Amino acid sequence: MSAIIETKELRFAYPADEGGEPVFALRGVDLEIEKGSFVVVLGHNGSGKSTLAKTFNAVLLPAGGKVYVEGMDTLDEKLLLAIRQRVGMVFQNPDNQIVANVVEEDVAFAPENLGVPTEEIRRRVDDALKAVGMYEFVTHAPHLLSGGQKQRIAIAGVIAMEPECIVLDEATAMLDPVGRREVLSTVHRLNREKGITVILITHHMNEAEEADRVVVMDDGKVTMDGTPREVFTRIDELRSMGLTTPDTVDLLDRLQKDGWNVPLDALTVEECADAIAAAAQN
Amino acid sequence: MEPILQIKNLTHTYGVGTPFQRSAVEDMSFDVYEGEFLGIIGHTGSGKSTLIQHLNGLLKPTAGQVLLGGKDIWAEPKKIRDVRFRVGLVFQYPEYQLFEETVYKDIAFGPTNQGKTGDELDRCVRDAARLVGIRDDQLDKSPFELSGGQKRRVALAGVLAMEPEVLVLDEPTAGLDPAGRENLMANIRDFHRNRHTTVILVSHSMDEIAQNVDRILVLKSAHVLMSGTPAEVFARADELLTAGLDVPQVTRIAMALKERGLDIDPAVYTVEALEQQILALRKGGAVC
Amino acid sequence: MLKDITLGQYFPGTTVAHKLDPRTKILLVVLYIVALFCAKGVVGYALMALCLAVCVRISKVGIKQLVRGLKPVLFIIIFTGLLNLFFVTDDTYLFQWGIIRISEAGLRNAIFMVLRIMLLIMGTFLMTYTTSPISLTDGLERLLNGLKRFHVPVHELAMMMSIALRFIPTLIEETDKIMSAQKARGADFESGNIIQKAKALIPILVPLFISAFRRADELATAMECRCYHGGEGRTKLHILKYERRDYIALTIGVLVLAAVLVLRYFGI
Repeated sequence: MSAIIETKELRFAYPADEGGEPVFALRGVDLEIEKGSFVVVLGHNGSGKSTLAKTFNAVLLPAGGKVYVEGMDTLDEKLLLAIRQRVGMVFQNPDNQIVANVVEEDVAFAPENLGVPTEEIRRRVDDALKAVGMYEFVTHAPHLLSGGQKQRIAIAGVIAMEPECIVLDEATAMLDPVGRREVLSTVHRLNREKGITVILITHHMNEAEEADRVVVMDDGKVTMDGTPREVFTRIDELRSMGLTTPDTVDLLDRLQKDGWNVPLDALTVEECADAIAAAAQN
Repeated sequence: MEPILQIKNLTHTYGVGTPFQRSAVEDMSFDVYEGEFLGIIGHTGSGKSTLIQHLNGLLKPTAGQVLLGGKDIWAEPKKIRDVRFRVGLVFQYPEYQLFEETVYKDIAFGPTNQGKTGDELDRCVRDAARLVGIRDDQLDKSPFELSGGQKRRVALAGVLAMEPEVLVLDEPTAGLDPAGRENLMANIRDFHRNRHTTVILVSHSMDEIAQNVDRILVLKSAHVLMSGTPAEVFARADELLTAGLDVPQVTRIAMALKERGLDIDPAVYTVEALEQQILALRKGGAVC
Repeated sequence: MLKDITLGQYFPGTTVAHKLDPRTKILLVVLYIVALFCAKGVVGYALMALCLAVCVRISKVGIKQLVRGLKPVLFIIIFTGLLNLFFVTDDTYLFQWGIIRISEAGLRNAIFMVLRIMLLIMGTFLMTYTTSPISLTDGLERLLNGLKRFHVPVHELAMMMSIALRFIPTLIEETDKIMSAQKARGADFESGNIIQKAKALIPILVPLFISAFRRADELATAMECRCYHGGEGRTKLHILKYERRDYIALTIGVLVLAAVLVLRYFGI
């Protein structure tokens, strides 16, 4: 498989306050995101994960190094629209990314900007709303919807661009558990059924359980990179970075230290229960 | 234990007489005891937000009563402000209500409204700042220079500085990362332990509730669904799940183990407790 | 409290009044306003009132809602009425008491002025009640399109207007939240003199402004991420098209204006 996004020694610094040093948010990130994959980027607040996300579609430009989207350099201004059309972004606050006061008008916003013909916009809007399960709300006012529903509208607004990749920049952080589940199952389905690459930035460990790959950021660098099983079993390292492990791994780790013969990488509740039950029989 | 707050047949109806008439809280009754740490959990729309705004008189009941220290808070509507000082309410994302030039002045807003001045005011502000881990040298800074987590601490201190008898927190850790969440909850636990203040924690997170509170109140569509200690509530985990609520991951592991025929009591909610139960399996040889 | 604001409110419906092209409705309101200012005599005003009544009937908007729309401007209406009543002088006085004198012309002027303002406001409100804000801005943008040649940023203005309309409910909700939060800290918005009351607003206004700026910043980024780059090369989900009913409505509008002008010529 080929890479949709590639960063090379990517560095980024926020401008300093008067007299201070510039704050480096990214200190040399090398990353390749495979087309069609589901990648979760974890890290505590200030680890640089949101900054990284914003470099993926040229909202922020590298101060050093490069970011390529399907081979296109994000520093090339002529390619800006082409890059943003391929990599869509969903942000944290659902209220601050909805532009219009009718759902369909909002979803139509990006295709309108791209100059898509009217009949084609209609088709895209309807398809996008069906894909996120919000078609019945087509003429509703967005401010009356729940947080999870608003985020699904935001996702539909991105899908209407027909992008290759969706980046969710802490898009679940302000939602309740129900809204979070709605958004997660929506993006998992889009990944599975439409082959859209998903990059999910979050600090909720349990959102990473079903990912293909977990990237952990700390202090502007990638510190861990692997499957959820590989990453979550490195308990001590995760804790030292201010992150937690799923309770399943925590429990298995304790039992291992108690001398039980259980694996550490049974991440889900069912797998974990199977492993413990098997060990208990012996 | 004495009840400090008594909620009696509380009903709140929005839009009376319009086609949108809807009761957010319906005939709810429960007591909050002095010095306890109470958790309230429920979906968005279960009536949590409406309920807590009755506890300090921001909303007036359509029917029913709220008693504070045995007295109806609406007995003298002109003195409702006093109720707000005695029952401190910290809203969701409280950092968005900061407005003063300095952290000190912002924390002092509540106690100044109470009429505190001079040394007493200074003591309240500094005590509250210390409780949430704001350093002395940060007090003269603009609150808008601080990080998101610190802003939230300042906002929390702004309510603590009124030295309320009951502290109500609506989703205090929303949007924070795991370390930030744990730090803030540790501050709140310390405050509860040292001051013996009654604390009511409203949260979406079953894990957070399970690890902190003495008693849980589960709300569902404007009614109280369950009330009891965490162990009592999670013993009814099946009901919680059918009501569309989460149970802690540990409880779910315990339920899955029980399904597999192991002798495990699913009413657990900490990793340590479940570990002990599993270890006991081997010692007792109680495997069926 | 804040939720009672009716300005810019829209009551969805499927009547002809709702279905007319927004451009037609804007033009009709302009014709209506011109006609109102041309009307001179009793017959002229009666014709205008009749037109409004017919439109209200067609739109099925309750007369109650229209009258409620007058409430916020009640003060201005009364003030204008009184001004005309007392300060328009004539030779024949109907009533005199000290320096207070009411002339026949004053009374006449007062009644007509009040009627004019009321009809004007109700007519404009009828348009906003039957047209969604988004199609209203759309119509305005299309009508003013010609001004682009004179470097008037028509698209940008329309975009600003529609974003403002989008954020009104969000900001109202936010104001309510901030007020509750400050009340929970003992803020008092009700008592005190006017200066104290104004001062009490600071704890609401500062957070509200800060949050509005934050929202604007985030919205701008979100719009850029969705490939917004100004009005150039933009297409539309809904394209406005004049139908037969629009031509009929406009013809009627022009005829009414002509009738008013004729009546004015005869001074009735």
